[in-house]
Amino acid sequence: MNISLKPRPPLDDIALELCALSKVYPLKRGLFQAPGELKAVDDVSLRLYRGETLGLVGESGCGKSTLAKMLLGLLAPTSGNVLINGQEVDPTERRAHARHIQPIFQDPYSSLNPRKTVGEIVGLPLKLHGIGNAAERNGQVRHILDLVGMPERTHTQYPNQLSGGQRQRVAIARALILRPDILICDEPTSALDVSVQAQILNLLLDLKAEFGLTYLFISHDLGVVEHLVDRVAVMNKGSIVELASREQLFSDPQHPYTRMLLASALTPDPGLGIPALAAAA
Amino acid sequence: MSILLDVKNLKVDLPTENGMLHAVRGIDFQVRKGEMLCLVGESGCGKSMTSLALMGLLPRKAQCSADHILFDGADLNTMSERQRMQLRGKRMSMIFQEPMTSLNPAYTLGNQLCEAMLQQSGVTRGEARERALYLLHRTGISNAEDRLRQYPHQLSGGLRQRVMIAMSLMCSPDLIIADEPTTALDVTIQAQILRMIRELQQEFGTAVIFITHDLGVVSRIADRVAVMYAGQVVETSGVAQLFAQPRHPYTRGLLNCIPVRGKTLPGSRLQAIPGVVPSLVGKVSGCAFRNRCTLADSGCEQDPPMVQQGSPGLPHEARCFKLDVPVSAMEVAA
Repeated sequence: MNISLKPRPPLDDIALELCALSKVYPLKRGLFQAPGELKAVDDVSLRLYRGETLGLVGESGCGKSTLAKMLLGLLAPTSGNVLINGQEVDPTERRAHARHIQPIFQDPYSSLNPRKTVGEIVGLPLKLHGIGNAAERNGQVRHILDLVGMPERTHTQYPNQLSGGQRQRVAIARALILRPDILICDEPTSALDVSVQAQILNLLLDLKAEFGLTYLFISHDLGVVEHLVDRVAVMNKGSIVELASREQLFSDPQHPYTRMLLASALTPDPGLGIPALAAAA
Repeated sequence: MSILLDVKNLKVDLPTENGMLHAVRGIDFQVRKGEMLCLVGESGCGKSMTSLALMGLLPRKAQCSADHILFDGADLNTMSERQRMQLRGKRMSMIFQEPMTSLNPAYTLGNQLCEAMLQQSGVTRGEARERALYLLHRTGISNAEDRLRQYPHQLSGGLRQRVMIAMSLMCSPDLIIADEPTTALDVTIQAQILRMIRELQQEFGTAVIFITHDLGVVSRIADRVAVMYAGQVVETSGVAQLFAQPRHPYTRGLLNCIPVRGKTLPGSRLQAIPGVVPSLVGKVSGCAFRNRCTLADSGCEQDPPMVQQGSPGLPHEARCFKLDVPVSAMEVAA
């Protein structure tokens, strides 16, 4: 696929734009067969407007995490482009990229270095980017940890001394310390207990209001998505099958796959029973 | 309906480096014949340890005690290991959370499906195979004949869980313990599997203890619910009653903090339960929820009693001193 993209003037309202993004993995078959292709992400074009929360929903294997990795510059797309603030991302400039876009991953147990203290983990991005001296960095780390609700005594603790919710707060602090515009939240609460999930969702809402952040919120939990997002993109087998505002998507889903996803979400309603779905899913 | 399982004062302690972990702290509950009882609670509340204790599959270092665990009149607590082995797989069986790891990769599905049934005297290979084919068919697996010769790695997660369910039904048990059987699955597959479990359970009249942390699942599948917190059962009730009138502050908090369409305003702050679950290492006394409860006062340092309410046919119990405080007071305090 060859898509020519001329440099564009910066658009104020678009924070992140994906232009015909694809990731194709070669599949080895037999000795005498032509190698096949797995289209993990297939020609996805999306825009994230500044200050909005865009939900990305779909089942495991639909390509949503591959998409997130490409946005973060952790994986090179097979074709297509990512534009941040109207500028094309240069793959050799990961650092400049990281100033604008940061991730929060699903598993707070594996995404924090077990040998570093909370303060070191959160301060590392500042160090890597050569921002400030040690004292200034320290001050910033303390400020951001305070913002995400981590008490002073936890700053010298190691991740294994923290609860799941606290670890996710540390991951959020680390993502925010470079003051990015965009956060990619990849299932940020699915490893947490229900009562803690609400705390983290509230924190994400507060931080968004405080810093004017733009979120791409990846989740399979439709209840959480409906609560948090402005628009929803539904992904199936590598493609976006439906993109609509929250109100429209949840009240009047168009694509059969979206309808099936909505039907299979089990809201707490005793008496409704378990929906019958077509077994061919 | 008659009582199939009656658990009284079940305790499970696990020695750890930092002291004794009181994973299950004296729980009572009953399962009636043919009913679906949901054990619901967050990670670390003791629900999985409870199920392992019932099956007799606790880790070796765990210390388990109970006044009694009556299974159809026989006390599991005083039974020999040999006697319990006679029950496992035949009269009570278990479905685990991880369909990836709970099947043996070195044996064919047919081999594993038939294993428990062939332990019974007088069962021929042909009969066991016949039963396996029937159940694979009933659990929605196509090409059952071919599947018997396949190995677990040849199946998707959803299919493996269907095989696990078929396996648990092989000897027509009276009780199945299902420990988070759909947590590892996608939502569309989850709905299909839950529906299948519910249908088979009602058709075969099997009692099921269904363990989950997902209140959405609970509301759709349960007959009765036992809510666990910090190693204790804090509330038991019929499912409709629990969701309409939750009594324990923890249950109320849990129901309030999940966003629900039409009830929670999108983008608004959720009513989170503050704080975290207390550590169960060392001595634990008083109400375990008091540190997170908006109604708690100094009286809650005493162990709260289980308070009975509801009708004799449909009892509603909760372990709390503050049950008379109206729900509105809690929300104002929050």
